[in-house]
Amino acid sequence: MAQVSSISNEQSQTAKSVTLKISRYNPEHDESSGFMEFNVQYEKWTTVLEAILDVKKHFDHSVAVRYSCRQATCGSCGMIINGKPRLACFTKISELDSNVVTVEPMNNFPVIRDLAVKFEKLFDTHQKIKPYLIRDDTELVSDEKEFLQTPEEVEQYIQFANCIKCGLCNSACPTMATDSSFVGPQALAQAYRYVADSRDKGKDSRLKIIDDSHGIWRCHFAGSCSQVCPKGVDPAMGIQLLRGYMLGFKS
Amino acid sequence: MRESTVMKIHYGTALAAVALVAVHILMRLTMGYAESLEYENVLANYKFVPYAIMLEIILVLLAVHGFNGLRVILLELKQGRLYEKSVSYGCLIGMIGLIAYGSRTIIMTNMGIV
Ligand code: HEM
Ligand code: SF4
Ligand code: FES
Repeated sequence: MAQVSSISNEQSQTAKSVTLKISRYNPEHDESSGFMEFNVQYEKWTTVLEAILDVKKHFDHSVAVRYSCRQATCGSCGMIINGKPRLACFTKISELDSNVVTVEPMNNFPVIRDLAVKFEKLFDTHQKIKPYLIRDDTELVSDEKEFLQTPEEVEQYIQFANCIKCGLCNSACPTMATDSSFVGPQALAQAYRYVADSRDKGKDSRLKIIDDSHGIWRCHFAGSCSQVCPKGVDPAMGIQLLRGYMLGFKS
Repeated sequence: MRESTVMKIHYGTALAAVALVAVHILMRLTMGYAESLEYENVLANYKFVPYAIMLEIILVLLAVHGFNGLRVILLELKQGRLYEKSVSYGCLIGMIGLIAYGSRTIIMTNMGIV
């Protein structure tokens, strides 16, 4: 499947070139995945996503990749870049410090084609932990007051609210690799985000959902999730804090 | 049983085992280590009731902890309703079996049957 191509036109003075190895796989007719190689030009600011889009534009339009915002906000472009789960739009080729950039689909997700993976299970588990405030009253009724919080109360959960559901943490998690039913670091971090929110009253129901034989207890403190999160969320810490509630250290 | 209850037992048995296994090892140092493991001395240990009770407790703690740990490993290895049920009951049976066999040794030795 190897193919070497390069763009020679429009070369700028500062451009360097790199070999981009793209994993190609179509589960409908391929037995296994293989790599295609492309020689691409890049500047100091060129992201891996831009290089892949360059390949699509100039060499092979059939490379499948999911993206939207190009600014680390939508959570679409997660993939394994030089062995590590990262956002393609948030990873510059220059920062990888390598002559070869290898891109593969995220681990622990079924592949749709090439670099695009299925997110159904990620979204299902996210939804399962009830990712919304649970309480009987609402601030939408006109004579109700806003639900005010002190800065300390906001501090309890705010970093976890930065999650963009990119799934990189689930891709890095060693438990997810063998336990197909594991709820995963993304959903567990979100369970903590709502449990720790002083406005929320749904703690008991959420703790019950994750207190399952494939729930929170299947985390073994590897911490890979927190190492790869592009938004500074620390799912591993969220999981330990959530355990604090379940073991009765916190209420 | 709730998974959190099972895991509280898992962590609890581990902590208790640290304390009791420490006593168990310190008992080896009341005389020379090799000497403490000679046949007559081992028999004497078993016949000393408080120590025999402690051995029995360690047996229960580590059988519960070890077999639950094995259950966890197996549940993460493969999934499926029938498989998971077999793993859970298999580990429970193994745990009870090991405790029964170990207790038999402790009780028979204590009573001087061997
Ligand atoms: C007294 C010393 C021990 C301590 C402090 C200890 C502690 C622990 C802890 C905290 C876990 C949970 C780890 C996790 O969830 O990631 C664990 C798991 C486990 N333990 Fe122990 N343990 C001890 C002795 C033993 C012994 C003697 C055995 C074998 C009979 C054993 C077998 C297991 C197994 C099979 C697991 C499951 C593996 C895992 O969850 O990572 N442990 N132990
Ligand atoms: S916790 Fe971080 S890595 Fe995991 S899905 Fe959210 S943003 Fe992505
Ligand atoms: S394209 Fe939106 S996060 Fe990368």
